[in-house]
Amino acid sequence: MTLDKRLRGVKRFPLSLLFSMVGSILVLFTILTLFNMIVQQLVLEPTGFVKAATDPLVIESILLTLYASFLATLIAVIFGTPLAYVLARHDFPGKNIVESVIDVPVIIPHSVAGIALYTLLMRRSVIGTAFQNIGVVFEDSLWGIVAAMLFVSASFYINAAREGFQSVNPRLERVARTLGASQWRAFHHIALPLALRHLFSGAIMAWARGISEFGAVIIIAFYPMIAPVLIFYKFTTGGLRGSQPIAVLLILICFAVFIGLRMSSKYWERRQ
Amino acid sequence: MIALEQVSHDWGDFALTDVSFSVADGEYFVILGPTGAGKTLILETIAGFYIPREGHILLKGDDATHTPPEKRNIGFVYQDYALFPHMTVEENVAFGLKMHGSPKETVEHRVQKIMEVMQISHLKERFPTTLSGGEQQRTALARALVIDPDVLLLDEPLSALDPRTRENLRDELKRLHQTQGTTTIHVTHDQTEALVLADRIAVIIDGRVVQVDVPSKVFNNPASVEVANFVGVENVLKGRILSNKDGVARVDVGTYQVHVLSSLGEGDVHVFVRPENIILAKEKFQSSARNVVEGQIIDVTQFGAVFRISMDTGLSAFVTKQSVDELGLQARETVYASFKATAAHLIKR
Repeated sequence: MTLDKRLRGVKRFPLSLLFSMVGSILVLFTILTLFNMIVQQLVLEPTGFVKAATDPLVIESILLTLYASFLATLIAVIFGTPLAYVLARHDFPGKNIVESVIDVPVIIPHSVAGIALYTLLMRRSVIGTAFQNIGVVFEDSLWGIVAAMLFVSASFYINAAREGFQSVNPRLERVARTLGASQWRAFHHIALPLALRHLFSGAIMAWARGISEFGAVIIIAFYPMIAPVLIFYKFTTGGLRGSQPIAVLLILICFAVFIGLRMSSKYWERRQ
Repeated sequence: MIALEQVSHDWGDFALTDVSFSVADGEYFVILGPTGAGKTLILETIAGFYIPREGHILLKGDDATHTPPEKRNIGFVYQDYALFPHMTVEENVAFGLKMHGSPKETVEHRVQKIMEVMQISHLKERFPTTLSGGEQQRTALARALVIDPDVLLLDEPLSALDPRTRENLRDELKRLHQTQGTTTIHVTHDQTEALVLADRIAVIIDGRVVQVDVPSKVFNNPASVEVANFVGVENVLKGRILSNKDGVARVDVGTYQVHVLSSLGEGDVHVFVRPENIILAKEKFQSSARNVVEGQIIDVTQFGAVFRISMDTGLSAFVTKQSVDELGLQARETVYASFKATAAHLIKR
């Protein structure tokens, strides 16, 4: 369909046209906010941007953010995939409660999540002590960052994965069973590959959510500084001039990564 | 041999109750019943997706009630075929053999052979979504048959097809069964399908088996009024046997009497007569038919290729368009409906 034809489709419905105009204000709001900052920084202050982009401290902090969120996503995938499958395939008493628990981190303020995690995992706590014995410390460490990111991002992955498994007709697995596949092999050969696209986009969402986390992370691990914490720190100590270049750099890197992942997932889809 | 022994199971809003039947090796067994009667659930229980609350399932004489589906060696074809959308036709067909760990050469050889039998060799590189209904059906059958199953379960295999393809594939199922000899359980709500394909039929209504018999018995001698209604015995009359002489019962059905071949003695009965067994005439004539009932036509309705003539005597007859024209059959005309004493069937009520 050409653009012209598509526009005519909307024009034939005056209400949809009105709604589109009203709705576009939200889209413009997002675009304006981000582009205003990016353009201001790149056009008016290019030297500040270059300085930030070449500062090892900044680079390290951005890499740490991407890496910590990747670990959190990995944990969400390993533990969330089986959970999502069970939720998609079975009804059991208390299922509603489990589903609500999964969604809770989305609705509670992230500073609250941070305090709750800190209380649970600090060195003096029972769990914190237990982990310390095997050499894992959460306070001001990578693992604290990962824990905070996992807490706020896991539900994004679990919900996407559950929808993915729900979209696979259970009869396909049943037929596979009659053809000699065990439960595990039916899952592995049928449900998993057919839900993979959902799992992948769920993982991207969870990763993005992890990268953007600030409130929970800063409470449990101010150091090592992830990019959002570093940006906040620079803002409080050096104002816009200090924080904006890093913010722009982080946004550009995130855009590049997400566009790349989205495109590879689209390519994948077409190949299927 | 495969048998269900008093199988009962609940699914919250639906239940199978006391389901029993057995299917002999090589038999083509049809489970016939209206939509929502529990036919698919019976197949899924045989396949092992549900463990029945009560009763046993025997496969090859052994109790297989608790055997997991992958160890039952059953071929299953769903109504929507359930082809694996991420695999080609060839990969779909090869799936079962791969799961059974057959050597590569065996897989290739058998897959090729069954695809030839099902005439889908030219489709092997295609993905299921690009196939027509008939092609999907053939692929699903090939996938189920390639593992050489002890029993083939077909869940309404023809209902999603257009009428022409359906007839072709129905004939093909028959031919396939004759050449391969696979024990088959075929679920359908379509009487013609049952009549054409079945060695024996189980009629199931509301999760219960109400009759198991050869097709001619099910269609002519239904075991109950509900079976009669379902298999198209349109004439169900309430009557009372007045006497029985030499195996011919004289039955009072209200305003007239009919003679029916039966061993039943005096008592209340239902009289069943299939509408295609009734002959209509404009004049009374001498014949061997023991029953001639005079009545007035109240309605003429077309039913595909035939017309149904309903009379005020409670009888309906199926006739061709030619008969309607030649006899001038229309509402308010008087006609004589005749049928033989052997064309009717009595059950106690």
